[in-house]
Amino acid sequence: MSSIVEDRLRYGRTGGRSLLVPYLTGGIRPDWISYLQEYARNGADAIEIGLPFSDPILDGPTIQEASDRALRRGVTVRGLLDEVARAEIDVPLIAMTYYNLVAHSPSFCGDLAAAGIRGLIVPDVPVDEALPLAASAEAAGVELTLLAAPTTPPDRLAEIARASRGFVYAVSVMGTTGARFAASGGRLAGDLRRLTDRPVLLAFGIATHEDAVTAAESADGVVIGAALMRRILDGGTPEELGAVLAGFRTALDASVR
Amino acid sequence: MTEIALPAPAASVMSDPGSPGRFGDHGGRYVPESLIPACAAVEEAFRDAWADPRFRRDLDRLLAVHAGRPTALTPAWRLSAELGVNVLLKREDLAHTGSHKINNVLGQALLARRMGKTRLLAETGAGSHGVATATAAALLGLSATVFMGEVDMERQALNVYRMRMLGAEVIPVTGGTRTLKDATSEAMRQWVTCVDEAHYCLGSVMGPHPYPWMVREFQRVIGDEARRQCAAELTTGIPDYVVACVGGGSNAAGTFAGFADTGAQLIGVEAEGGAAIAFGQVGVLHGFRSYLVQDENGQVAEAHSIAPGLDYPGVGPEHAHLNDTGRARYVTVGDAEVIPAVRRLARTEGILPALESAHAIAWVIRAAESGELPPWSTVLVTLSGRGDKDVATLMAAS
Ligand SMILES: Cc1ncc(COP(=O)(O)O)c(C=O)c1O
Repeated sequence: MSSIVEDRLRYGRTGGRSLLVPYLTGGIRPDWISYLQEYARNGADAIEIGLPFSDPILDGPTIQEASDRALRRGVTVRGLLDEVARAEIDVPLIAMTYYNLVAHSPSFCGDLAAAGIRGLIVPDVPVDEALPLAASAEAAGVELTLLAAPTTPPDRLAEIARASRGFVYAVSVMGTTGARFAASGGRLAGDLRRLTDRPVLLAFGIATHEDAVTAAESADGVVIGAALMRRILDGGTPEELGAVLAGFRTALDASVR
Repeated sequence: MTEIALPAPAASVMSDPGSPGRFGDHGGRYVPESLIPACAAVEEAFRDAWADPRFRRDLDRLLAVHAGRPTALTPAWRLSAELGVNVLLKREDLAHTGSHKINNVLGQALLARRMGKTRLLAETGAGSHGVATATAAALLGLSATVFMGEVDMERQALNVYRMRMLGAEVIPVTGGTRTLKDATSEAMRQWVTCVDEAHYCLGSVMGPHPYPWMVREFQRVIGDEARRQCAAELTTGIPDYVVACVGGGSNAAGTFAGFADTGAQLIGVEAEGGAAIAFGQVGVLHGFRSYLVQDENGQVAEAHSIAPGLDYPGVGPEHAHLNDTGRARYVTVGDAEVIPAVRRLARTEGILPALESAHAIAWVIRAAESGELPPWSTVLVTLSGRGDKDVATLMAAS
C-alpha cells in the first residue's frame, strides 16, 4: 500500500524546505471546503481536518468553540466525508478526531479512504492502545499518525517513532491546542529526528511567523491550528485565510534551515 | 428438577485488572500521550502504597479519626415491616462531609502527598466530591482546584460556598453542556499543564487506568465493613441482595467488592436519564472504554437526572464488565420515583437520604412491592450520602 501522506511530506521537505500543515475544523461554516482549497493553493503540504466531537479532551478554548459551533450546525462525520469526497483538493488530507467517533463506526477507516482522506490522528489513542486501530487503518490504506509529548520517556519515544505512520506529531507543550508555544517542543522534535527518518511536525501553539520559524529549526515543519481557527471564528473568509497561510509559507521559505 | 446456578468463581471477580487496566473489554488508558507518564506514575505509586502496611495504617487512622469510620449498619425496622423484606442500611451518609466520597479522597490525598505533590485537581457535579477534596486538601496541607460546570454551580450554590470556605479554588466550566462531563474534560486538560506538582483526584471508578481500580480499592472499605457487620447482624451472615446507586459507580463498586465472592445478588441502580448500561453503547470517553450514552452519530449525550451526582453519561468500566458477565445486574429508576422514596425513608426511619442514594431505596421499594424480592429476604442498601445538599430541590419539587 502506498504512503500518500508520508511520500508527499518527504517530497515536500527536500532541500531543507519546511513543511506547513494547516488545521481546519470540518463544517465550521457552510463554505468550509473553500478554506481547504485556499490552503492547498497557498502553500499547504497537507491539511488536517478536525471531525468535531462533543468532548475534545486535548483541545483548548478556540478549537472547543469551533467544534461546538460546527456541531450546533448539525454536522456529522458522514456528511463531512461526503462533502470532502465531492471536492477537488490537491494535497493529502488527514482526519483528526477522538476515539469515540472512530470506534462508533466499524467502517470508519474505509469511509475516510473512500472520501480521499489518507491520514488519521486520534489524540486519545496512545501507542499502547493503538494496535487494533493501526490494523484497521492499514487495511484501509490510511496512515495512522501517533503523538509524542515533552514528557514521553526515551523508550516510548522510540516506540512511537517506529509505530507512527505518515509522520510523527510532536506536541510542543504540556497543554492543549492553542497553548503558548514552548521551547520544550524543540528538544522533543530534535530527539524524534534522531530516532526516525520519518517527517517530524511540531504542533500546538504556533501562532506567529516567528513561532513557525523557530519550530522549523528543530522539526521538519509545523501544524498550525488554533491561530487559524481563531481568525475563522472571528469571521475570516477563505481568501483571507489563504493569504494568512501564504504569509506563513513565505516566512518559512525565507528562513534557511 | 430445577438447575441450581452456581455463583461465578470467586478469585477472578473484582480483582487487580493488571497493568493494561482491563475489565474484560472495558477500561484501558485512552488519554493523550502527555498524560501517559502521569497515569503510569499514579499506578506505580498506588501499587507501592497499597502494599505498604504503613500507608494502610495511616489511611485507616484518618478514616477513623477524621471521617468517622466505621459507619453504622442500621436495620430499617419500620420500612422493613412495611415492605415485608429485611432492609439494612450501610450509612455512608454518616461519614464526614456527608457522603462516601471522603473514603476515596483521603486515600488519594495521602497518595498525592506520598508522591510529593502539593496540589489536588478535581472535577465535581453535585459538589460532594469537590467538598470532600477541599476537605482532604485542608487536612493534609495541600491546595485544591475544583472544576465545576456553570450549570451545576448554580444548582449547588451551597456546595460551591462550602468548597471556598475550605480554601479551595472553584473554577466554572463554560464549555459543552456545562455539567459534570465537561468539568471532567476540563480537569484532565488542566492536569496536562501541571503534572509535576498536581495530582488529579478523580471522584469515581472511571477515568484512565489505574483510577477505576484505585478508586474501587479506596471505596472497598464500605463493602468490607458491611460484610463484617452483616456477619454479626444476620443469622445467614450474608444478605440475599446488595443494592447501591450508580453514577460513575464508586459507592456501588466499593460495596460490591465486599460481597463479590459471595452468593449475594448485586444490584446497581442507574438514574433513568443517565443510564449508561441500560441505554448506552460501548464507547470511549475520559480515558476509558465502557457503556456510554450517545446519539446515533457517536456524540456523547447529555445526562438528565434530578440527582446531580448521577448526571453522567458513562459508567465505570468494571460495572460494564460485571454486567457483561452477569455477576451484577443493573436497573433504572426515574426521577418520579425518587422523591417519594426520600419522603418514605425520612418518615419511616428518620433518615433524609441524598437524591442519589434514594434511587437505591426506590428500587428496593418497587421490587418489594412487585414481589420480585421474596418475603423476608435480606437486602443491604448502601446509603451513599445525606440529603441536606438536596433540600432546595426537594422544596421546589413539593
Ligand atoms: C451522595 C452521592 N451518591 C452517589 C454519587 C454517585 O457517585 P458514585 O456512583 O461514584 O458513587 C454521588 C456523586 O456525587 C453522591 O454525591
